[in-house]
Amino acid sequence: MTKTLAGHPSHGAGISRRGVLAGAAAAGSLLAAPAIVRAQGGPLKIGVILPLSGVQAGVGQSCKRGVDIAPALLKQLGYTQPIEITTLDSETNPDVARARAERLIADGAHMLSGPFDSGAAAAIAQVAEQKGVPFMINIAAAPQITEQGYKFTFRNFQTAPQIISRGLALFPQIFAATGQTPKTAVLMHVNDTFGLANKRAIDAIFPKMNLPFTIVESISYDPAAKDLSVEVAKAKGTGADILMTVTRLNDAIILVREMVKQRWEPMGIISPGAPGLYEQQFLDTMGKYADEIVTTIAWADPTTEITKQVETEFKKVFPRDKLPGHIFNIGFTFEALLVCADAHKRAGSTAGQALAEAMRKTRIEKRVMAGGPIEFDEKGQCNSIASIVLQNKKGVPTVVLPKEVSAGQIVFPMPGWSKRG
Amino acid sequence: MPPLDLILNVAVGGVLTGLVYGLMALGLSVIFGVIRVVNFAHGEMMAAAMFLAFGGFTLLGLDPLLMLVPIAALLFAAGYALQAGLINSFINRPEHSQFILLVGVAIVLVNVLLMLFGPDAHGVQTSYSFDSFELGPLIVDATKAYAALAALLAAAVLFAFFRFTLLGQAIRACADNYTGALVIGLNVSRLYALTFGIGTACVGAAGAVLILITDVTPALGPVYTLQAFIIVIIGGLGSMPGALLGGVLIGLTEALAGLFFTPSAKSMFAVAALVIVLLLRPQGIMGKRLR
Repeated sequence: MTKTLAGHPSHGAGISRRGVLAGAAAAGSLLAAPAIVRAQGGPLKIGVILPLSGVQAGVGQSCKRGVDIAPALLKQLGYTQPIEITTLDSETNPDVARARAERLIADGAHMLSGPFDSGAAAAIAQVAEQKGVPFMINIAAAPQITEQGYKFTFRNFQTAPQIISRGLALFPQIFAATGQTPKTAVLMHVNDTFGLANKRAIDAIFPKMNLPFTIVESISYDPAAKDLSVEVAKAKGTGADILMTVTRLNDAIILVREMVKQRWEPMGIISPGAPGLYEQQFLDTMGKYADEIVTTIAWADPTTEITKQVETEFKKVFPRDKLPGHIFNIGFTFEALLVCADAHKRAGSTAGQALAEAMRKTRIEKRVMAGGPIEFDEKGQCNSIASIVLQNKKGVPTVVLPKEVSAGQIVFPMPGWSKRG
Repeated sequence: MPPLDLILNVAVGGVLTGLVYGLMALGLSVIFGVIRVVNFAHGEMMAAAMFLAFGGFTLLGLDPLLMLVPIAALLFAAGYALQAGLINSFINRPEHSQFILLVGVAIVLVNVLLMLFGPDAHGVQTSYSFDSFELGPLIVDATKAYAALAALLAAAVLFAFFRFTLLGQAIRACADNYTGALVIGLNVSRLYALTFGIGTACVGAAGAVLILITDVTPALGPVYTLQAFIIVIIGGLGSMPGALLGGVLIGLTEALAGLFFTPSAKSMFAVAALVIVLLLRPQGIMGKRLR
């Protein structure tokens, strides 16, 4: 006869202290099991979080194509270890992104990737740090994400100051190549985490760049705005020679459509490194009005073997889609998964600490995006990504500068809306 | 101080958008003015109308302006059925019961739209989406001009109906004196159903034209419900001309606030206008003072 917890004699069905201890031990070992399994190997499970719905759905879906072509490409590149990729929707909401990250980790994800948004990236990074799961950012520019001293967050993307400084540094090349120099600019930017990070970077970097024009006004707006008529009228009212933009996708469409309606024809629309103006959805929707719009941005290096492999695989999986309007999102998303696979291969383990350690030692020479090898500094930031000048030509984003990698001629000033056939 | 032509252009754009807002709010005002039920599913009904217009454009290539009448008719039928089948039995119940009922209807609508269309934004691009008219210093957005014209026409038809038809006068009689209407033998339940149908038809018409101006998502409803409330409270709850005026005032306030202050804070000024009206004239600009 054993004693129950309450000290009463047990009659067979009672709960004994020993039984409780044994049960607790069993439950504890069960709870610990996922961690042990996680540390022991098996397939690498990567959880990807992207804005597949909501305001940024267009870009999120574009990034998803990079995930879809990754398994076959990784095998071609020699990463033959078993890899399972699960993609979840952040709904363009940082709070949802955080919840998705927690769910993916609870479901056994060894690494996280995504999320094409600085707000979401900041939220996921906190979860990744707390759980000790490496987080490989595909696209997100807010500098503070890699300034927090995180040990499990890595970014293969330019920070906002890098985007702006490398982008603005290309502006003189545009003016020199065409012999046309604007005197004034108006800046229109979204007021989300990404937009404000870029605005701060412009405020800090622009005065030091000694560019030939001044920014006469900055106009901020909600990235979910349904109507930008007032904003565009205000920008038009400044009489600025060029419009500088920090956009997302939907607002980029509304903005340029409004410019056409208001018949505002500045010398050019130049984005110093933001999504929207080169995306396939923008090109398809705006048609001829998308042409000759310029973005200075990190872009795929068309000369590398791996970029050609991406092209081939993309055509195979998405025969109806046009790669140029997706290559930015696909390139960075694929590279993020490439870094994960590479770290896993070298680590020989799926333990978070081992994977993070391997990621810190990453050095991938053969990459899709233009620039130096993929490697991370002590903050987890990759600093070797180059920027180029991109101009939409007949519905295709085309590299126009620097000349050594250009595939087309820069046109500046851009033709008026009514002179486009 | 911005130049005068810029102020004029922005103001005209604000008025045109405001007219469409006014048509949307008209439905809410008609329903409350007669039945005294606040339609908390108003924005969701408009999102449904916008999706109908989107579907017609995408599947059949029909211009949303051409679909204005069919969509209004469809929403009329839905509104009539909703009032006759569901809301009528809540008419004499406490207000919080009506509130919960219509919030429930709104939630059902949002989820049906989510199932049918997903959470993404959808819009239409017509042959005149990039067009504008140049009138001296004014550049008028063609899409907004067509939408505002359609809104004005729909509002005119509604005013004429209530003023010149026997049915309209009977509905007004119900609104003015519920007991009197019963005493003289009016079928108040049927008239309420007709009124709710007319209110939702207004929402349908507004949705058909609003899809020309902005994209639609299933989650859009609460934004427009709130906007319609602000408009009818400013214009005067139950006042049809007040709803139209409130719409124009909100459109204008948002536009000019965006120009003179910061565009990203323009919605704040619409709410500020509401607070000012509530302080100075609680019954709204054209509303009757309740005793």
